[in-house]
Amino acid sequence: MDVEQEHTTATTPALEMHGVVFGYEPGRPVLHISDFRVEPSHRVFLFGPSGSGKTTLLGLITGVLRPQSGTCKVLGKDLTNLSASAMDEYRGSEMGYIFQSFNLIPYLSVRENIELPCRVHSRRKERIVSASLDAEAVRIARRLEMDSFLDRDVRKLSAGQQQRVAIARAVIGRPKLVIADEPTSSLDADRRERFLELLFEVCEEANATLIFVSHDRSLAARFDQQISIAEISDTVGLPEA
Amino acid sequence: MTLPLLAYKSLHSRSVTTALTIFSIALSVFLLAGVDRVRQGMQTGFEGTLSHVDLLVGARAGSLPLLLYSVFHIGTGANDISYASYEHFRDHPAVKWTIPFSLGDSYRGYRVVATDDNFYDHYQYRGGQSIRLEQGVRAEGIFDAVLGSDVAKSLGLTMGQKLILTHGIEGSFLEHKENPYTVVGILAPTSTPVDHAIYITLYGEEAMHIGWEHGAPPLEPVPAAQIRKEDLHPTQISAFLLATKSRISTLRLQREIDEYKQEPLTAVIPAVALEDLWSVLNYADVALSLVSAAVLVVGLLAMLTAIYTALNERRHEMAILRSIGLHRRQIFGLFVLESAFVSAAGVILGISALYLVLLAGHGVIEQRFGIPLALVGLSARVEVYIVIIIFAGACLGLLPGIRAYRNALTDGLTSR
Repeated sequence: MDVEQEHTTATTPALEMHGVVFGYEPGRPVLHISDFRVEPSHRVFLFGPSGSGKTTLLGLITGVLRPQSGTCKVLGKDLTNLSASAMDEYRGSEMGYIFQSFNLIPYLSVRENIELPCRVHSRRKERIVSASLDAEAVRIARRLEMDSFLDRDVRKLSAGQQQRVAIARAVIGRPKLVIADEPTSSLDADRRERFLELLFEVCEEANATLIFVSHDRSLAARFDQQISIAEISDTVGLPEA
Repeated sequence: MTLPLLAYKSLHSRSVTTALTIFSIALSVFLLAGVDRVRQGMQTGFEGTLSHVDLLVGARAGSLPLLLYSVFHIGTGANDISYASYEHFRDHPAVKWTIPFSLGDSYRGYRVVATDDNFYDHYQYRGGQSIRLEQGVRAEGIFDAVLGSDVAKSLGLTMGQKLILTHGIEGSFLEHKENPYTVVGILAPTSTPVDHAIYITLYGEEAMHIGWEHGAPPLEPVPAAQIRKEDLHPTQISAFLLATKSRISTLRLQREIDEYKQEPLTAVIPAVALEDLWSVLNYADVALSLVSAAVLVVGLLAMLTAIYTALNERRHEMAILRSIGLHRRQIFGLFVLESAFVSAAGVILGISALYLVLLAGHGVIEQRFGIPLALVGLSARVEVYIVIIIFAGACLGLLPGIRAYRNALTDGLTSR
């Protein structure tokens, strides 16, 4: 795994999918992607109506779901050959994930939530730029204008604050791929703008590719690449399981 | 952040449920270990009925009937043994002391035991406690009686009262009316069968039966004033206790008694016979232990229910943990750790509570019920229980763990 990692260059595509077929039940494919490619360090806006298979696609990219056929390469590594635990390890080390809502573990403090990926994966911890993990959490929190509530109970944060903590957790330890699944749908318009700005800034600083899923087309213009799920999948419209 | 810390914080965030679960397990552990402690106390008390006695000697009979009759005063003795045989072994060079017992009369259901000074000097129970007079003096005179503490208490007898003893044990209407006995002493409580008997002298018993050679009251009773100690010679006793000068000679002496030509005798090692008897009585302990085990199962199931019902609320948490790359082993591990924590905390709380209760209440329990709940370490049985409880608790964590993992698979990375 380490050897392959070193071969990843600035030109290795962040994501390559070829002939990927996936269905929750045999014989009823939900997604059929003949060719899909994301360039490194790009900001990709992925849109489509609900039920079009966006979340399924993210499941395939993160390796939580496995395609029935085809290849899915993330950062140059073919996920279809990885064992379940190697996949978990790879996801934790190389990807940051932001959910639509409920991003935080309720019984941990803000700081502990942010530090969690580095505590679980040594590779994430090795890539921090500050001298200590605590200092890194403070640095990122400051960057995201949230150092004032670093030690607050996460259940007392507003939706906007929670989503910023989610960004911090997704980018700490510089993963190469950040995936955000409708992260702005719980935010009002002003906060949505600010959220997007901060997300772009920290992804750029971490040199990470961003895959941003949303049905809100008004945000699309600010991305490098806009992709409709209907463009890449032949079987759009089948209900998601 | 290591898994144990995650498990701990997760439990801590659900503190009310966690506390209740720990409490229910603690309660079952308390019961289980408490029953074991009481059983041990009872066994210690029971086996301590006699101590520092090497042999119990009586007429040829089984060891249990001999023990029951002469020590526990239950049932009827087979035969008496001659006083000559008793004297033979009393004066045997290997013998340190003997305590003769002669039974056969009763007072309102309590057995009357005729014995001599050796009883007060040498009788010991529970590892070296001697019997003690709470009031009055030893029975020395022919018509003197000393009461066991329970006899005095339940019949409301006091010093100086006259007792008319009954000839025979139960259901007999023949009374020794002609010679009433006087209470001259009351023994301190011992929580052994000693408390349930009345003690007179061997002479006294002889005197009482003058003219009763045919088992019926004499037609012309001899006035008490005319009976003198010097004229009384005990001819028979029921059994005697014996201590050897050196323990090593016990087995040799036992064989010598068993093979005594002049009279068929039986010598029993009391500790062995008591242990045999205890194993017969032990079935009550099995029943109690079964009940406590059932309580324990209920406690563990309560924990399973608590963890299981929390699963749905924790689906987001599982999705987040999966998204940051926790393996399925680690998700399992989280649940196993949680249930292991809860059961370990329950065990610690239950055992501590038991020790506190024992510390505070063992004196009262010992006095009221005669169960010596000595404050010693955990018995091997309780140690086994503890290991089983924590292990079973951890295994139960596997069930919600499997369920959580299945949820995580179907949920994928949706945190909704």
